[in-house]
Amino acid sequence: MIYFVDGLLWGIALVLGLVAASRSRHLLRDSVREGVIDCMRLLPRIMLGVVGAGYIAALLPQEVVGRWLGADSGITGLCIAVIGGAFTPGGPVIGFSIGAAALKGGAGTPQVIAYTVAWALFAVQRLTLWEIPVMPQRLVWLRVLGSLPLPFLAAAGAMLLGRP
Amino acid sequence: MSSEAPIQRRPRKTFDWSTAFIAVVVVVAAVIVYRRDGEARFLEILVSDFHLFVDILPKVLAACLIAAFVAVLMPREVVLRWVGAESGFLGIVVATVAGAICPGGPITIFPVAAAFVAIGADIGAAIAFITSWTLLGYARALVWEWPFFGAEFVTWRIIISIPLPIVAGVLARFIAGLAARKGDGE
Repeated sequence: MIYFVDGLLWGIALVLGLVAASRSRHLLRDSVREGVIDCMRLLPRIMLGVVGAGYIAALLPQEVVGRWLGADSGITGLCIAVIGGAFTPGGPVIGFSIGAAALKGGAGTPQVIAYTVAWALFAVQRLTLWEIPVMPQRLVWLRVLGSLPLPFLAAAGAMLLGRP
Repeated sequence: MSSEAPIQRRPRKTFDWSTAFIAVVVVVAAVIVYRRDGEARFLEILVSDFHLFVDILPKVLAACLIAAFVAVLMPREVVLRWVGAESGFLGIVVATVAGAICPGGPITIFPVAAAFVAIGADIGAAIAFITSWTLLGYARALVWEWPFFGAEFVTWRIIISIPLPIVAGVLARFIAGLAARKGDGE
């Protein structure tokens, strides 16, 4: 699966590269140079984000998370889930592993959905390290404001459907 | 062709305050783990996360190249017609579908979204695009979420999330409109 994603991304990059090359060599060379320089600039951040997230996650007490997000924790539990999700470090697996552990530890499904959605949308570490440097500031803040109700809507959806 | 006109992209610094802040937090966390759990655990985390880093690298490079190509190749008229300022609700829906089918690992979407905004995409559509990729993207769900939660949880989580990118896009556009009106001094 992981190689499938890699292959697809590189396939798209290759096709776009060929189109660029067919317009002009110059265009291809400039674009590749810009892409590579962007990537080099992101490297220290990605390094920090991925390697650092492991250490921050190791300090998080997983059992406590499960207790706070219990099935009968109601709106308070939802709010804790959303804030907790935002402050969970933003590596690719940390939020999911904590959410799964919380579910096993007796957390309610709507709370866990709110937690993973909030983590996916707002992880502060990902926001400061990756989004703010890469995108215009206005876009980042509007995205955060516009997304604020989403974890609560997702939890409400889970409650209404009675699933999963 | 106008789509090859030079594009103003935000200059990126290699290091800034937000990176420095996270760096301090990471160093403190690493020191605490080292002192509390010992050297073996410290190295175990370092090695496993380094593998992850190596795994992510090619995806990030591909995404940066795609973003650079998109910025110069994508005809502006097409972007403006489908997801531009005048694209309305349909633009947000188009962006949501695009985000859901767009491949990518962690962070690859942000440079691409920034490139789209630079060539004239509407801000609400760009936000629907990012949110959709975050919540509906199959690549992320299959590679990262599925192993932890299993099929049933992931499937229902995604079904519940389908309307959410549209909500975020519409709401962001509304807030941007309010801010613009205030800026006009009305």
